[in-house]
Amino acid sequence: MANTEKKVVLDINDVSVTFGSFKAVKHVTTHVYENEVRFLIGPNGAGKTTLLDAICGKNKLSGGNIVYHHDGEEYDLPKIKENKIVNLGVGRKFQAPSVFTGLTIFENMELAAVSDRGIMSSIKGRLSQEEKERIKDQLEFVGLYQYRNDYPTILSHGQKQWLEIAMLCVSKPKLMLLDEPVAGMGRRETERTAELIRIIQRDCAVIVVEHDMQFVRETATQVTVLHDGEILCEGSMDEVQNNRQVIDVYLGRGGE
Amino acid sequence: MVSAKNPFDMKGKHFSIKDRLTATNILALAIFVFLALVPLFMPSFRVNMFGKYMCFALVALGIDMIWGYTGILSLGHGVYFGIGAYCMAMHLKLEASGSSLPDFMTWSGVTELPSFWQPFANGAFTIISVILLPVCLAAIIGSLTFLNRIKGVYFSILSQALAYALATFLIGRQEYFGGSNGLTGFTTVFGKSLSSQTTKYVLFYVTLAALAVCFILCRKLVSKRFGRVCLAVRDAENRARFTGYSPAKYKVFMYCLSAALAGIAGALYVPQVGIVSPTDIGIAPSTEMVVWTAIGGKGTLIGAVLGALVVNLFKSLISESFPSIWQFFLGFLCVAVILFLPGGLVSLKDIPAKIREKKEKKAANARETAKAHTENDGTAES
Repeated sequence: MANTEKKVVLDINDVSVTFGSFKAVKHVTTHVYENEVRFLIGPNGAGKTTLLDAICGKNKLSGGNIVYHHDGEEYDLPKIKENKIVNLGVGRKFQAPSVFTGLTIFENMELAAVSDRGIMSSIKGRLSQEEKERIKDQLEFVGLYQYRNDYPTILSHGQKQWLEIAMLCVSKPKLMLLDEPVAGMGRRETERTAELIRIIQRDCAVIVVEHDMQFVRETATQVTVLHDGEILCEGSMDEVQNNRQVIDVYLGRGGE
Repeated sequence: MVSAKNPFDMKGKHFSIKDRLTATNILALAIFVFLALVPLFMPSFRVNMFGKYMCFALVALGIDMIWGYTGILSLGHGVYFGIGAYCMAMHLKLEASGSSLPDFMTWSGVTELPSFWQPFANGAFTIISVILLPVCLAAIIGSLTFLNRIKGVYFSILSQALAYALATFLIGRQEYFGGSNGLTGFTTVFGKSLSSQTTKYVLFYVTLAALAVCFILCRKLVSKRFGRVCLAVRDAENRARFTGYSPAKYKVFMYCLSAALAGIAGALYVPQVGIVSPTDIGIAPSTEMVVWTAIGGKGTLIGAVLGALVVNLFKSLISESFPSIWQFFLGFLCVAVILFLPGGLVSLKDIPAKIREKKEKKAANARETAKAHTENDGTAES
């Protein structure tokens, strides 16, 4: 496959996540490569978000391991604290838009843009010109630059999603985990988000959980279908769409 | 609380944390100038009272840092105030008793000065421990709770239990800490007589200086990115964590800072008031400290200072003439502020701006209707 030439960013090996006696994710194995946009789709309760949580350190694994490759080093993610995982270049956007309402939009971006997030740096540090430029470019791209001095409370649901994605982008991650990034967005906003993801893709691997099939079709390079915590099928959108099993459990049931 | 978050409370125009602070500059300056002038026109006992209020203001300032800016409600700051106060009181007691045992120890049958009392004979050691002991305790408690992600009401209850525990401990240790009578009977502070007028004034100005320095320091701190990270932790802790910040570290840092402020306040309180007892550090006084901050306006720093000064001034004035009414008054004030001034007393300063805004809006509306009229007339003519 063409993928084998590309560098792997994330190895998910035989991962299981258990809540009490409920197995949310069962023996999932997959690999995410550089510049890939990987979609996780599947019915509710399939374990998509749980898998994202496992990658970014929010859930404990009950089996398997997750290895993140960055700058020639290998990191065993489940053993690292959440905020340190972020500082290694793994960004996460949650399902419900969550931004800092007590800070202006620019200040929201500022916190994400700086690379040293320790206390001392926060007390002494100022934004460099490069960081300011980066924030400006990013805000302009998502169309929020004119609101930079306002508080996020004035933003619509979709704009908040963008602010959050912009915050991820400005921190220059190597792997981005997006949970339903276009939920609550109209068609035009969704297309804009798809465009955004294609730009992000140039120097980042992206894993997206999404139900919007048109959005998946427009953006995905690889799709993984999860069902009952297991991988049902993996491949390009075309392959997945024509898979009998996938149609039965998901697409055929009105996944669109 | 609301005003800090409401983007429209000042002409609907942008203002960042920096501008917000500038808006309070005049108020801060006025308060500090007033305090500095207090000894010039007030009798000595009032000066002493204001000295005490400034200690309370210092505690309130610390509470605002941890509560207003980081979102952690500590109902046990009496603990850190108390540790600072008792450290200082032990030193003063040793100064007063000279080479003999402190009086209350002899009454309880203690024959030798306990070993942990001995270093407090040293002034420098006392000053260091006034800051360091509260910080160490706060670091331990903060690490245990914040690293284990204990927050919200659970932390508040835990901190309150701590205040209760310390008060109970001190009452039980009659022979070491004077029990419920506390420590009193001081004569000198660092060799200067406590009854002399000069010492009283010096203590007053030292307290004022401490308050001013701490206020400026805290303000500097929250105007940096550090302050914004704390607000981020307050508003969306999870998002802050997944933006790469360690909320626990920031919380522990803030908690230690606010404990240090309370410790300093306690140490300055003792020589001016002449006594410290478990009633100064239990649940009731700890809760009162939070009330000062809330009434003044949390998340503004100067609001906390104002709240502590105003509430305590009223407390003294009212309890001088009607001692039984004070508690009702405080309760009434609390309810009134929560209902009508959710931003605290400090948000009173926004009222002129709001009135002006309303007037401007009216004027703009009037202009618009006038314009519409002329336009209508124009079309009618053509």
